[in-house]
Amino acid sequence: MKKEDYTHHISQQFNTELETLRTHLMEMGGLVEKQLADAISALVDGDSGLAAEVLRMEPKINALEVLIDDECQRILAKRQPAASDLRLILAVSKSTADLERIGDESAKIAKMAINLAEEGASPSGYVEARHIGTLVRRMVHDTLDAFARFDAGKAVQVARSDKEVDGEYKSAMRALVTFMMEDPRSISRVLSVMWSLRALERIGDHARNVSEQVIYLVKGKDVRHTPLDEVEEKIVRG
Amino acid sequence: MSLDAQSPDHTAKTHAMDISALGRTAGQRRLEDEDIAIEVRDLDLFYGQKQALYGVNMQIARKRVTAFIGPSGCGKSTLLRCFNRMNDLVDGCSIKGEIVLDGTNIFERSVDITDLRRRVGMVFQKPNPFPKSIYENVAYGLRLQGVNKKRVLDEVVEKSLRRAALWDEVKDRLHESALGLSGGQQQRLVIARAVAVEPEVLLLDEPASALDPISTLKIEELIYELKDKYTIAIVTHNMQQAARVSDYTAFMFMGELVEFGDTDSIFTNPAKKQTEDYITGRYG
Repeated sequence: MKKEDYTHHISQQFNTELETLRTHLMEMGGLVEKQLADAISALVDGDSGLAAEVLRMEPKINALEVLIDDECQRILAKRQPAASDLRLILAVSKSTADLERIGDESAKIAKMAINLAEEGASPSGYVEARHIGTLVRRMVHDTLDAFARFDAGKAVQVARSDKEVDGEYKSAMRALVTFMMEDPRSISRVLSVMWSLRALERIGDHARNVSEQVIYLVKGKDVRHTPLDEVEEKIVRG
Repeated sequence: MSLDAQSPDHTAKTHAMDISALGRTAGQRRLEDEDIAIEVRDLDLFYGQKQALYGVNMQIARKRVTAFIGPSGCGKSTLLRCFNRMNDLVDGCSIKGEIVLDGTNIFERSVDITDLRRRVGMVFQKPNPFPKSIYENVAYGLRLQGVNKKRVLDEVVEKSLRRAALWDEVKDRLHESALGLSGGQQQRLVIARAVAVEPEVLLLDEPASALDPISTLKIEELIYELKDKYTIAIVTHNMQQAARVSDYTAFMFMGELVEFGDTDSIFTNPAKKQTEDYITGRYG
């Protein structure tokens, strides 16, 4: 399945509808990417103004989710899409749900950033947040890129990065637990950082979900709940 | 505090239940598991000098619906007509290869063509009831076979009309002319006429293309019910119809069988680009 195939329908109107759908998904993706980047900056730089901006923008992502689902619904009802067209609609519809959740998690991080700015910064955890944040931002960016280019190979890479994020998250948790045991006065503030890390880890999962939809779209194979090496094997065989 | 509880590990074998243990999705089938009713082997067909079918090989599963799709002139109707040797009637038509129905090549000299056509019934695009009563239309095949007992005929007529989902609509006017029925009713009558002689295979050549959407749905529902008893092969231009009614789909193009497989796969993830382009309405 190649990207340019979407413009080859006999019905020009159908081409336009699919193109609009893709454009809206990418617009939503771009917005989500920005929300995530801003939320991470707000957290590690203690910038509550930027955090407030993230919260202000969140409804726009929700609105895009509703708009895209509405478009999917109309195309399904009117066009009865089959094969790759059907897979595109399903992949877009499911991906918007994950993108919306990434938006939610970014908003959570922004809220934690505001809490921390009010309580006084946490004594620990920012290095981890910055590091995991960078990994997760790259995942979100790459999965959207994979979607835009119909690149299943890149989608597999995103899935692989998710393992790395999970590993980093675990060791960050361990370090912060140790820190809290040594300095119980910091618990409340360190917990805010931990919740933010948790949100970043969840965002990694959502990015992985979207990358699985890209694989489904391009290869027609459902790789959800499948171990990584099996996914890779499926991609190679397909 | 348990760290692992918060750290989902995607590589863990959490999918303890293999998906196949859940049973196959309704409708998804595999030809390997089927009892094969008809086998087509290296079939070439010529109308005079012009070749219309090129080396077709396929299997039609018993008591399943096999749909043939493809653009006009791709050979799907021609292939369908081979199954009961309707092409014998076409001047200059010659055939190479075999079609094996229950172990016998239907092109063998010893095959009685009348018997073949009883076993392999056919319904066309345009309903073609005889200008007789509803009752006589259905009884026609049996009368040809020499059955004249009223009790037997009554029974078969009712059973066939019921099977064609027409009985309730016509039971009070069995002896009125069949031409007074609506198009959709006429088509179901023709199906009743075909099933009255207990065929094994039903060939449907665009059975619903001349009907309104509701009559079309009735025919589709009927096809679904009929496959309990008959092997059905259907040619249709309506791709959604093929997707809805069939278990297997064959995509033909320029006299060749391009792709043949279970309908779910053909309509969600076809193997060939040509198939993909056709069912999604793209120009290749």
